[in-house]
Amino acid sequence: MSNSTPVQVIRGIGASPGIVTGPVFRYEVRKIVVERRQIEDGPAELARLEAALEQARHEVHALFEQAKQDVGDAEAAVFEAHEMFLSDPDLLLLVHTAIQEQHTDAAYAWQTGTGEYADQLRSIGDEYLAARAADIEDVAQRVLRILQGIGETRAKLLEPVVIVAPDLAPSDTMLFDKAKVLAFCTELGGPTSHVAILSKALGIPAITGLGEAVSQLRSGMHVIVDGNMGEILVNPDQQTLNRYQQQADRQAQSYQEARAAAHQPAVTLDGTRVEVVANIGSPENAKEALEYGAEGVGLLRTEFLFMEREAAPSEEEQLAVYQAILTTMGTRPVVTRTLDIGGDKPAPYIKVPEEMNPFLGVRGIRLTLQHSEVGQSQLRALLRAGVGHTLKIMFPMVATSEEVQAIRQQIQLAQETLTAQGLPFAQNCEIGIMVEVPSAAIMADALAGQVDFFSIGTNDLTQYTLAIDRTNAGVASMADALHPAVLRLIRMVIEAAHAQGKWVGVCGELAGDVLAVPVLLGLGLDEFSASHRLVPLIKQAIRRYSVAESRQIATMALSLPNAAQVRQYLRGVAHS
Amino acid sequence: MATTNELVVRHKVGLHARPAAVFVKAASGFASQITVENLTKGKAPVNAKSILGVLSAAVQMKDQIRITATGSDEAAAVATLSDLITTNFGED
Repeated sequence: MSNSTPVQVIRGIGASPGIVTGPVFRYEVRKIVVERRQIEDGPAELARLEAALEQARHEVHALFEQAKQDVGDAEAAVFEAHEMFLSDPDLLLLVHTAIQEQHTDAAYAWQTGTGEYADQLRSIGDEYLAARAADIEDVAQRVLRILQGIGETRAKLLEPVVIVAPDLAPSDTMLFDKAKVLAFCTELGGPTSHVAILSKALGIPAITGLGEAVSQLRSGMHVIVDGNMGEILVNPDQQTLNRYQQQADRQAQSYQEARAAAHQPAVTLDGTRVEVVANIGSPENAKEALEYGAEGVGLLRTEFLFMEREAAPSEEEQLAVYQAILTTMGTRPVVTRTLDIGGDKPAPYIKVPEEMNPFLGVRGIRLTLQHSEVGQSQLRALLRAGVGHTLKIMFPMVATSEEVQAIRQQIQLAQETLTAQGLPFAQNCEIGIMVEVPSAAIMADALAGQVDFFSIGTNDLTQYTLAIDRTNAGVASMADALHPAVLRLIRMVIEAAHAQGKWVGVCGELAGDVLAVPVLLGLGLDEFSASHRLVPLIKQAIRRYSVAESRQIATMALSLPNAAQVRQYLRGVAHS
Repeated sequence: MATTNELVVRHKVGLHARPAAVFVKAASGFASQITVENLTKGKAPVNAKSILGVLSAAVQMKDQIRITATGSDEAAAVATLSDLITTNFGED
C-alpha cells in the first residue's frame, strides 16, 4: 500500500474470522479479600448477609438458565452446584455463629467459612473435589462482591467493545451482553479453546494466544481486530482505519450475497457439484447448520456428551442425542466422529496417566481402544440411532493399518451385541477414518481398501507434519495448513482414495478458508466441512472456479516453497 | 432413639456430582437430623443435608457408609436414602 507510518501490530492466533474496530475493554477479575471488622448489631449483620445471599441466588439462577440456553445442560450444571452451596446449612451455621458469637462482620465470616470448606475439599487430593473447591471460591467471591456493593461486570459494557482478557472461562463469557462484544482477545489459549468455539458459533471475531503483548492494551485504546489474520492493530491512523473499514464492508456485503445463495448447491463453473457440509458439536448446531445451507454434517464432534461430567454418558442417553441430531438432518449425511480426547483434556472417568506429550500420547482411537467399554457403548448408540438415516462413523487419530483392523473388530463386536439383544441397528453404515497423522496420509493407499472414506483433519495434520504445537503461542502462528508439505499430503490422500473409488473430505479449519478453495478443488476434494457460518462463503467461492483452472492453481501452489508464498499466490488468484 | 443402616455405594462417581446433589435434596425433605459416615475412610459423620458436608466425606465407589437419622420421621428418612443408594440413584 502507501508509505503511511507503521502501525503497531500484536500477533496471536486467529481463532474466529472477521474484522472489527473499536475501543478496548480490559476484563480482569480481581480477587476480593476482606479484613475482619468488629460489629455491634448481630441481627442486622445477619440480615445483611441473608440479603446478599438472596441476591447471589438470583444471579446464579439467571446464569444457570442462560447457560442452559447458550451452551447446554452439561456446562450449566456448574451453576446448579453454586445454587446449592449458597443454601448449605452447615456453611450457613458456621457463618452465622461467627457473626452472632464473635461479632465478626458478614463479609469476613463468609470469607472464612467458605475458605475452610474449600481448603478441606482441596486437601482430599481428588481432582473432582478440587474443582468443587474452585466453585466454592467462585461463589464466595460473588457474595463478597455483593456485600461490598460492587455490580456485576456486565453492567459496565455501555458501548460495543473489544474484550481483552488473560483468559476467559465459560462463566466469564456468560457475563457479557453479546450484542456489545465486538471481539474477544485473550493472552492465553489456542485455536480450540472455549472462547474460540463460542466466538465462531456467535460469529464474533476472536484472537487467542496473544501473549504478554496484551499488557500494552489499555481500556479505551482504539484497535482494529483482524480475526482472519490473528492480528490486533493498535491506535491505527485514519488511512489504516479506512482500509480495514473498506475490507470489513466488502466482507459484510459479500457475506450477505453468500447467505442469499446459501441454499443453492455449490457447482463449479464447469459443472462439478461439490458437497459443502458443517462441523457441529451439539444438537442446536444441527439446526443452525441447515439454516446456513449445509448439505449435511461432515464432522459431528461427540466430546460435548462426555466432557465436564463425572461418569460416561449411558448408551441410552447418547442414543437420544444422536437421534435428535439425525432427525434434524433427515436423510442428509451425518459423519460422526467417535470420542476424541487425550491427556491434555482427560475426562475424570477415563484415567490417562500424566504424559509429557499428550498430543503424541494416548488420545483419540488409542484411548477408546484401551477403554473399550466407553467405545462400545458409543458404537452401539450410534448404530442404533442410524436406523433410517445416513449415518457415517469416523474414527480420530488413526495412524496404522492395525488400528483400522481393531476398529473393524470393535464395530463387529457392537453389531453382534445388538443382534444378540434383538435391537435394530443401521446395517450399511459407512465407516471412515480421520487422516490427521502423517503416517496415515503417507500410507493412504494401503488404508483406502479398509475404509469407505477419509476425512482430513488439517489442524492436527499440520501440527504433526510441521512439528508445531498449535496451542503454543510461541510457534502457533507458523501452523499454516497451506504449507506445501501439508498440501502434498492432502494430494496423496485424495489420489490414493480416488484410485480405489473412495471419497475424501476435509473437516479441519482449511476447509473453511476461502483462499484454500481453488487448491482443494484442484486436488479433487469431494467434500468441504466447515463451521456453519462459513458454509455460505465456501459455496460462494466454489462457484467462482472451474475444476480445470483449479487444477492449474493447485499444481502451482504445491510447487511453491513455503506457506507464506502459497498464501500470497492465492490472494493474487482470489483478487484476479 | 435413632435409626441406622450400613451399605455400600455402587455408583461410579460415589457420592459426588449428581448423586450427591440428589442425596442431599432427598435428605433435606425430612425433619429428622440425618448424618452420613464414610466407614471405609474412617471419617467423622457429616450432615446429610449439607452438600459441602457430603462432598467432604469423599465417598467413592465401593465405600461403605452408615446413614443415621434421629427424629420424628427417622425410619422413613433412612429407608428413602438407603433406597437411593441401593437403586444406584435410579440409574439401574
